[in-house]
Amino acid sequence: MSRTFLGTPAFPEAARAALADPQLRRNLAHATGTIRGKRAAVVSELEETGEWEQLRLAGAAIKDQTLLHLDEHLVALEESLVAAGAVVHWARDAEEACAVVASIAHGHGFDEVVKIKSMATAEIGLNEALAAEGIAAWETDLAELIVQLGDDLPSHILVPAIHRNRAEIREIFLREMAGAGRPAPDDLTDEPARLAEAARLHLREKFLRAGMAVSGANFAVAETGTLVVVESEGNGRMCLTLPEVLVSVVGIEKVVPTWADLDAFLQLLPRSSTGERMNPYTSTWTGVTPGDGPQEVHVVLLDNGRTRALADEVGRQALRCIRCSACLNVCPVYERTGGHAYGSVYPGPIGAILTPLMRGVGEDEQVDSLPYASSLCGACYEVCPVLIDIPSVLVDQRAQVVDARRGQVSHVGEAAAMKGAAWAFGRASRLGAVERATGLAGKFLGRRRVDPGGRGVVSRLLGPGGAWSEARDLPAPPRESFRAWWRRTNGADT
Amino acid sequence: MNDARTAILERVRGALHGTERAAAPVPRDYRTNPARRPVRPDLLDLFVERVEDYRARVHRCTPAEVADTLATVLRRRRTVVPDGFAWPVPQPVPGAGLTAAELDRIPAVVTTATLGVATTGTLVLTHGEGQGPRAFSLVPDVHVCVLPADRVVLGVPEAVAALDPHRPQTWISGPSATSDIELDRVEGVHGPRELHVLVVT
Repeated sequence: MSRTFLGTPAFPEAARAALADPQLRRNLAHATGTIRGKRAAVVSELEETGEWEQLRLAGAAIKDQTLLHLDEHLVALEESLVAAGAVVHWARDAEEACAVVASIAHGHGFDEVVKIKSMATAEIGLNEALAAEGIAAWETDLAELIVQLGDDLPSHILVPAIHRNRAEIREIFLREMAGAGRPAPDDLTDEPARLAEAARLHLREKFLRAGMAVSGANFAVAETGTLVVVESEGNGRMCLTLPEVLVSVVGIEKVVPTWADLDAFLQLLPRSSTGERMNPYTSTWTGVTPGDGPQEVHVVLLDNGRTRALADEVGRQALRCIRCSACLNVCPVYERTGGHAYGSVYPGPIGAILTPLMRGVGEDEQVDSLPYASSLCGACYEVCPVLIDIPSVLVDQRAQVVDARRGQVSHVGEAAAMKGAAWAFGRASRLGAVERATGLAGKFLGRRRVDPGGRGVVSRLLGPGGAWSEARDLPAPPRESFRAWWRRTNGADT
Repeated sequence: MNDARTAILERVRGALHGTERAAAPVPRDYRTNPARRPVRPDLLDLFVERVEDYRARVHRCTPAEVADTLATVLRRRRTVVPDGFAWPVPQPVPGAGLTAAELDRIPAVVTTATLGVATTGTLVLTHGEGQGPRAFSLVPDVHVCVLPADRVVLGVPEAVAALDPHRPQTWISGPSATSDIELDRVEGVHGPRELHVLVVT
């Protein structure tokens, strides 16, 4: 049924395709511009009082403390959940997690489930796994619905259909809704309110008949066993409340120690993600409540690479991430390429570190290209509500990619160049010889032109340097080196 | 499955092996920041302003005016009334035992709220007396919420401290909304599209 990110080319190639799509760039610039403005307005309210920085420090400290004692908090969470009537499952990887969800559905004879938008279930490819088991998984978040109906891939953590504009969404609804249930009204316009109304009508019948829902969780409180889902539309509340069976797939880094810790995150998350003082709906539930909501509650605690990230002393801070997507919205690279180029459900700056940290480097060209998908401008770090120093982790991941690929064919050229440079810089006479040679070579070294600043540049190197110079200009070598000039003019002492 | 549990906990311990795990205090200055304002009675004004910001409709009234205000807001609409809701409404439908499909055919619901949060304009329901199970305030298209003014607290920290995590909670900030189309906020998706708040002073 739906597409996956499998087979996405390495970032530079994927980005080139994205950059060639002017509609995509317009949609992204408009959407990220809007959300940046909204975030800035509500964050500045708390910056004026000094609360914002205090909240960020607290958010980072809570997460760090939790990660350093993750084993204890997970055991505590399990105990609280069980005491509250929930069933706890553990899953080492995507396959195990999907199998748990499918077996619960099969156990009740369900052939469909309704879903709340969840990064964890997208990461494990749950919809595809359930489809293979004969179970239809209906996405109920508006943006996820757009992606699912359009047989598309998500391109943003918060707004998976950010790459689609209203006219495209109308087209998808008119074309695809009928095949999945209640059709879109014939007179559907591209007014956002009309599109939202069409989704409301289309999904209502699914909410009312579904026996089982699948969710993620934004937070899981170890002390009490409380799960928290933060949302806007009410589709989350529908899924959490109406079906008899609820299964929540929760990454092990979502745990926070105490209920009181939520008072920092419930301020940090909505302002950072949708740019609101508070999102329309936040639901909390602690196991089973007799007479209210699902009477069978399951929680799947998911590793799937998180412990690998935890073992990385520099990178472990990425596990503080609360999936707000503020770093995507400010990233100059993301704004131009969009999310698909990152080849993962986690795009943008956070994805560029999370994916290699969770999957490991040195094995997959696409994963290894991600730490380079950044100009290291640092805008992501500035907006991060839990102070993840993304630029430092990117640099560290680059070093790990180089270490992992030492000796491999693709890096032989670079290694040889560096070795040559070391030889030349090692002695003055060698450097002089090299300088004379480059001065001469400059005349024959590919296409020369003058850049807008008036500087002579070589825009395309010939030979083994060709790939390297594809995305950057090289200053044209001078006809005479500084040291040669100094000798000739006696230090310009004339 | 126990294998997975053991393996994950072992991986966690392995990943943290050699890491200094001493506890460091979490700085909680955001709770005690002296710039956090305002105090009563401005608190109520702030609450009203922030709720209206979400395009919810706020009606201030005295205890004696609640019944009339409810009648004006609800008009002749059939209205789900949870157990323990203390005020009369024009066309009541007792909430006890209603299924989701039945709720879907009733246009309005009345509830109380446990708390109001001023800085964020949020109502918190804990689904006990006067509020009913979570589906009540979700399925009907119009939600009218009665909130005594003395239940309004300053901010999120005060609300979290006052709430019982063992009760299911719904934090409501304005009507159902989405920003999924070009990141433009549109009111009205799956939850109630119309939210009225009666602040009783």
